[in-house]
Amino acid sequence: MEWEAVIGLEVHVQLATKTKIFSGASTAFGAEPNTQACAIDLGLPGTLPVVNEEAINMAIKFGLGVNAEINKVNVFERKNYFYPDLPKGYQTTQLDKPIVGAGTVDIALEDGSVHTVRIHHAHLEEDAGKSLHEDFAGMSGIDLNRAGTPLIEVVTEPDMRNAKQAVAFARKLHSIVTTLGICDGDMSQGSMRFDVNVSVRPKGQEKLGTRTETKNLNSFRFMEAAINKEIQRQIEAIEDGFEIIQETRLYNGDTGEARSMRSKEEANDYRYFPCPDLLPVVIDDSRLDKLRAEMPEMPEVRKARFIEELGLSNYDAEILSGEKATADYFEAAAKTSGDAKLAANWVLGELAKTLNQNDTEIKDSPVSAEMLGGLIARIKDNTISGKIAKQVFDALWKGEGSTADEVIEKKGLKQVTDTGAIEAIVDEVLAANQAQVEQYQAAEEAKRGKMIGFFVGQIMKASKGKANPGMVNQLLKKKLG
Amino acid sequence: MSDPTSTKPIHQQSLAELSGALQAGKVSSVELTQHYLDRIKQLNNKINCFITVTEEQALEQAKAADTAIAAGNASPLTGIPLAHKDLFCTEGVKTSCGSKMLDNWVAPYESTVTGNLKAAGTVTLGKLNMDEFAMGGSNENSFYGPVRNPWNKEMVPGGSSGGSAAAVAAGLAVATTGTDTGGSIRQPASMCGITGLKPTYGRVSRWGMVAFASSLDQAGPMARTAQDAAMLLNVMAGFDPKDSTCMDRAVPDYTATLDQPLKGLRIGLPKEYFAEGLDAKVEQVIRDAIAEYEKLGATVKEISLPRTHHSVAAYYVIAPAEASANLSRFDGVRFGYRCEDPKDLEDLYKRSRGEGFGSEVKNRIMVGAYALSAGYYDAYYAKAQKIRRLIRDDFLKAFEEVDVIMGPTAPTPAFPIGAKANDPVAMYLGDIFTISTNLAGLPGMSVPAGFVDGLPVGLQIIGPHFEEARLLNAGHQFQQETDWHLHTPSEA
Repeated sequence: MEWEAVIGLEVHVQLATKTKIFSGASTAFGAEPNTQACAIDLGLPGTLPVVNEEAINMAIKFGLGVNAEINKVNVFERKNYFYPDLPKGYQTTQLDKPIVGAGTVDIALEDGSVHTVRIHHAHLEEDAGKSLHEDFAGMSGIDLNRAGTPLIEVVTEPDMRNAKQAVAFARKLHSIVTTLGICDGDMSQGSMRFDVNVSVRPKGQEKLGTRTETKNLNSFRFMEAAINKEIQRQIEAIEDGFEIIQETRLYNGDTGEARSMRSKEEANDYRYFPCPDLLPVVIDDSRLDKLRAEMPEMPEVRKARFIEELGLSNYDAEILSGEKATADYFEAAAKTSGDAKLAANWVLGELAKTLNQNDTEIKDSPVSAEMLGGLIARIKDNTISGKIAKQVFDALWKGEGSTADEVIEKKGLKQVTDTGAIEAIVDEVLAANQAQVEQYQAAEEAKRGKMIGFFVGQIMKASKGKANPGMVNQLLKKKLG
Repeated sequence: MSDPTSTKPIHQQSLAELSGALQAGKVSSVELTQHYLDRIKQLNNKINCFITVTEEQALEQAKAADTAIAAGNASPLTGIPLAHKDLFCTEGVKTSCGSKMLDNWVAPYESTVTGNLKAAGTVTLGKLNMDEFAMGGSNENSFYGPVRNPWNKEMVPGGSSGGSAAAVAAGLAVATTGTDTGGSIRQPASMCGITGLKPTYGRVSRWGMVAFASSLDQAGPMARTAQDAAMLLNVMAGFDPKDSTCMDRAVPDYTATLDQPLKGLRIGLPKEYFAEGLDAKVEQVIRDAIAEYEKLGATVKEISLPRTHHSVAAYYVIAPAEASANLSRFDGVRFGYRCEDPKDLEDLYKRSRGEGFGSEVKNRIMVGAYALSAGYYDAYYAKAQKIRRLIRDDFLKAFEEVDVIMGPTAPTPAFPIGAKANDPVAMYLGDIFTISTNLAGLPGMSVPAGFVDGLPVGLQIIGPHFEEARLLNAGHQFQQETDWHLHTPSEA
């Protein structure tokens, strides 16, 4: 039988506010345990929450960024359960009246088509603290620094059919929230965490199968592996005659193992009710207008502009517009260099390769967009060849100069464009390789193209790469006849 | 030692009188404070209204107050010895909420109410006994034992602010703070023969007030006279950015309108407040008080608040529901009581909460959790909220034709300690006349209006939202014509 998977995601996005959603404590990552938890975060008796307006603004921007309706009256509720890292014994979240209503996110599929994933809603909530079960000799440690960090939980419709689509959606969401500047996008610090709901059904069947939820995946790679593993597990179980049990599962990215955490029967009754310490959040039109005016160019729009205005291919534009940092870098390099296509090639080629080799983020690249743009400009005006440019790039990466011009000057890499000088080298090389010259001249036209490469190589070698390749070619053809 | 201009001993004088004496240099704050500290030492073991006495701190504050008065930097409240219900967080001082759960808890920060009063120069004598987490109407539900009514020590003082009411009645503090979720200021004020005001929800900040039911809790003054209550409310009320439910609305000078004549005041008497369950002698006291208002030129009209009989049911769903969540933080993990040698997390939770909370608190947590459970939410919590809106509508409609609503504060005077201990429904019905105002968010006040069998009875005055000044004016004018508020129990 042919099976089809149905996948929906719940994504926790940590908002990049300076302070927590209901207190003035800092949200910075990595501080000593419990140094960023104030009386409110500790849930001390008598303390009260006050909503961080910046968190509301960020949630609204998210809604605008995914073409969603913004609920002008939205309500915080209490979700009740006991856990040591949940100081108040309830999480303040939204249920019936979330801030962001239904929206859409488009993803590009590998076959080049566009698929729309519907957003069911997104709601605001506070994060819990962390329980640390190691290093305490049989006891657990509680770190409440993260308690009260603002999150939006984005809930999709079950609109994805395989792990690749789910990852494409996750990447797109990452790009949206980083472009909006509402999340730092740092998955290793838990800034985005994915819960995946997976079910399978015979292809062509309308009715959904029983789903499971695998929680807290914090990398695209783990997410893809976890989904594929779960799809496989469900298909095998059904084919072996078992029923899928609705349950919550955990996936360990390091070992690649998955296990059941709790079944539906063991699930809590969270006893939600509207939080009486907080008034409903009322959003007026002027606030919406102001936020709309502050919206940056979204990846979708930027991609279209890259294609139309800068003449990039669909593929290049998709990759370059995906992440805000990459897109910003590319645009700056394109502008400085005056050649968008060349800039695209460099950003996707040499730069991407070097970043990858050095495990460096583009925002931390030692070669800035302006430096790369300056380098590309020198290729474009024939000051250096593409090959020499790679040397210059390496030098810039290593900090051997602060501009391409400086490196070119210092290392004497300027391309030779003086016809006389190049002609002298050409003559010298031809004289030293008389046998090859004769072979060339005896060869058919079709084979000559390849043979001429030999001479070019020798000449470039003799010129230490500085001879202008176009001029070399021209002279060779003239001299070889 | 007494103010030479008055024949009354210090502890029978009003806050206004003592304020005048302090400002005039006739008495010092240290003298006043010492007088009250001495009385507390002498009488608290009989009344049991103080949980904590902060003697050293009080005398230091009194010294500072005397310096401020001498320097001409005094507010009308400077140097006045007060005491606070033990659910206001007071920095560096135990804040127990009348519970074993917080017997070991010293608040690391100050509530807005007590902070405002301290900033105005008041002296804090200590923290007052109360029903555990403000749950109760008799002050019998305290880890620290019941408070006794100064008028008859076999009787309850009312609750939950029983310690606050008894302390004023017994002359152990000039005035006190209380909180009122379903009548917890007004009902003990009635039973102890003092003046107590529950302001409009949102008038006074809840920051630092340990929550019982967040949408109903409101702090207010408890004092000998309406004038005293007005002076205290001037300082207690006001916007606080730390409480999202606190209203950003100007605070009038509540003392400025006390002397307005009441001629033409339209009083509504809800027929539902003079119905079955109301003690006949209490009713007579209230009718006599209303007659006094008619003499002052007020007009009286019968009105109807038709959903009154639903208020107790709605309240005992909403308040426990909120409480069930508010009290989840007492889990033995970060502060408060923790059981001995927990064997695992579940054991830690179950025994810390099981041993730390008293039975009434546990009852209400269970009722509240049940009302919020999947499958019951609509039938209980959602329905109670609908009733709440209808009750509010009843009042708003009534206030289209009357200026204030009057009636009894409680259906009976104080009852014997233990009399209702095994009958929670009888206890809950004692709140029937006070609960609706909390559900509607309205201000309500109780003023002494007479006695039944030697026990005080309070008249309740309810006003439209943010019309505390009107209530205080009505209370003050009544107190110019009557002397019920001047009666003191024999020991005081």
